[in-house]
Amino acid sequence: MADDVAHTIPALDAIIAPYVDKTGGLMCALNALQAELGYIDAAATARLADAFNLTKAEVKGVISFYEDFTTRPRGKHVIRICQAEACQSVGARTLTQHATEKLGIGLGETTKDGRVTLEPVYCLGLCANGPAVMADGKVKAQVTEAAFDKLAGVEGDGA
Amino acid sequence: MSRIYIPHDTVAVALGADDVADAVSQLCPDAEVVRTGSRGLFWLEPMIEVDTADGRKAYGPVTVDDVASLVSAGFADGGDHPFGLGPTEDIPFLKNQERLTFARCGVADPLSLADYEAHGGLKGLHKALEMTAKDISEQVMASGLRGRGGAAFPAGIKWRTVLGAVADQKYIVCNADEGDSGTFADRMIMEGDPFALIEGMIIAGLGTGAAKGFVYLRSEYPVAKRVFAEALAHAYDAGLLGDNVLKSGKPFDLELFMGAGAYICGEETSLLESLEGKRGEVRAKPPLPALEGLNGKPTLVHNVISLCAVPTILAEGADYYKDFGMGRSTGTMPFQLAGNVLRGGLVEKAFGVTLRELVNEFGGGTRSGLPVKAAQVGGPLGAYLPPDLFDTPMDYESFAEIGAGVGHGGIVVFDETADMAAQAKYAFDFCAAESCGKCTPCRIGAVRGSEVMAKVMKGEDRETNIDLITDLLEVMEDGSLCAMGGMTPVPVKSVLRHFADEVMTPQAVSSGKGAAS
Repeated sequence: MADDVAHTIPALDAIIAPYVDKTGGLMCALNALQAELGYIDAAATARLADAFNLTKAEVKGVISFYEDFTTRPRGKHVIRICQAEACQSVGARTLTQHATEKLGIGLGETTKDGRVTLEPVYCLGLCANGPAVMADGKVKAQVTEAAFDKLAGVEGDGA
Repeated sequence: MSRIYIPHDTVAVALGADDVADAVSQLCPDAEVVRTGSRGLFWLEPMIEVDTADGRKAYGPVTVDDVASLVSAGFADGGDHPFGLGPTEDIPFLKNQERLTFARCGVADPLSLADYEAHGGLKGLHKALEMTAKDISEQVMASGLRGRGGAAFPAGIKWRTVLGAVADQKYIVCNADEGDSGTFADRMIMEGDPFALIEGMIIAGLGTGAAKGFVYLRSEYPVAKRVFAEALAHAYDAGLLGDNVLKSGKPFDLELFMGAGAYICGEETSLLESLEGKRGEVRAKPPLPALEGLNGKPTLVHNVISLCAVPTILAEGADYYKDFGMGRSTGTMPFQLAGNVLRGGLVEKAFGVTLRELVNEFGGGTRSGLPVKAAQVGGPLGAYLPPDLFDTPMDYESFAEIGAGVGHGGIVVFDETADMAAQAKYAFDFCAAESCGKCTPCRIGAVRGSEVMAKVMKGEDRETNIDLITDLLEVMEDGSLCAMGGMTPVPVKSVLRHFADEVMTPQAVSSGKGAAS
């Protein structure tokens, strides 16, 4: 995950190199950087601009367009709660409210200790089995408040 | 050796199927565990099946704690157990469907090409390899297939256009950016029958003169990504893809391309921009992607389900496919029952089935047990329909007549606790969150719409504010570049039209309570 050693120029270039001549290579490189490093910082942005013959502003424009790309590290655990209609119809709004209260953060925020990032997501394809949650990349269906607390590691916390 | 089928479908996995599979492997060391797609009976997942003398038998929903008792009951040989569902094909939800596109999903081993062929796979491709490009695209034209992604554009016309375009390079692009809430058909088939999509794309290449394809998959589908990537590798190993498709001398290459969390990339021109590594901002049309698409080259862009319908059309003939459906809505549609529904899942039926049959008979009403208040059909850009319109046949023309659309076939059920004004406001909020920002009516309109709707919900000057919203909707509808801004008015208008009393009365003030709040 994100540590400064991994962000050296040769390390960044090694991640970027396989995608330089591909169709949509910038998207592939961004996905790879995000997966490898956990976020895309200024150094990575500069290397991408160089590799794809773009301005840094153009690269930043692409980064900011997509929800998956971040310019800062997310929390140790990332919990995404579906906000879309199918999950709304079975209580996603109440679950989201519970989650934000329990963790003391809003959607898109990270707990002060850096442990949990809470994010909205619009549909995980579990629309007949909501409310749906993705916790550290793993999908969970029919998530109750108790099940959420377990996922977020806040069982028994008096929030 | 007995075979035990356990889905690796996202729904089954989200409900613990991986643990169930591990437990079954441990307790039944002599059995072969086959991870399949889902049959689409999602309220029964994880649903496991076994081979018996009388065909496949199902058990579900099974948790890891139930495995020991299933083993004692001799489930691997079809033994009786409280979770026994009998012969799978006799379960009414499944029995009353017409599965063409999803015939193999949940049945065959999705990662075995041999199993795929044993269940009728590659028949369409073998036929196509004997045909001219023109004959292939004319078969698709004759089938009456219309785009299943939502726009319902006649597929054959696109095929003809791409075939007729002269270029050194053409592309087949599969839109697997299934972002509509209430839909999961693309995901299900990519997890349950990925070779069908590969076969459909190769046929599309043969029918239009393209030798290169991309599948643009949303990142919210990690299971589909894993399964499809594995299927692609198998297809290359078996010579189904590459320089010499099934030793025909014809090439077709296929790549999986991952999105990064943007609903708008389900719009075809936005998708193409993204596939070129750019911000997913929509393009003005013309030029049509069929003439100037990916990298400026002629490109056939189709939804997953459209492409997965193609092998059946080639294998069985255009007439066979066309005999399903009604009017100009031919063939079958995978309807997806979602939201607050008792029996949620996938129902593939010929066009013409009514919403009532789907929601009440297949779906069994709401999961909460409360009366149905509305069903939103066709995703976030689809209309909210009250039960008194549920007798409308599900076909493109009948739905257009009531100001609605079939879209990608998603049906989200809401019970009586739903706050319809809040749903209308959400339509604007979603548009504001997901707009690409290129055109003003969508970018600004969505934000203003949400603000004004909030005033209506607070009871501020309702009449005037509703007039303002109505004006705004007209601007968005007529002035937006694509369906995102152009169709956000659909759900809003449907709420204002069918649930006007609720929106206009003080009781409608959002209470923040109830299942749907």
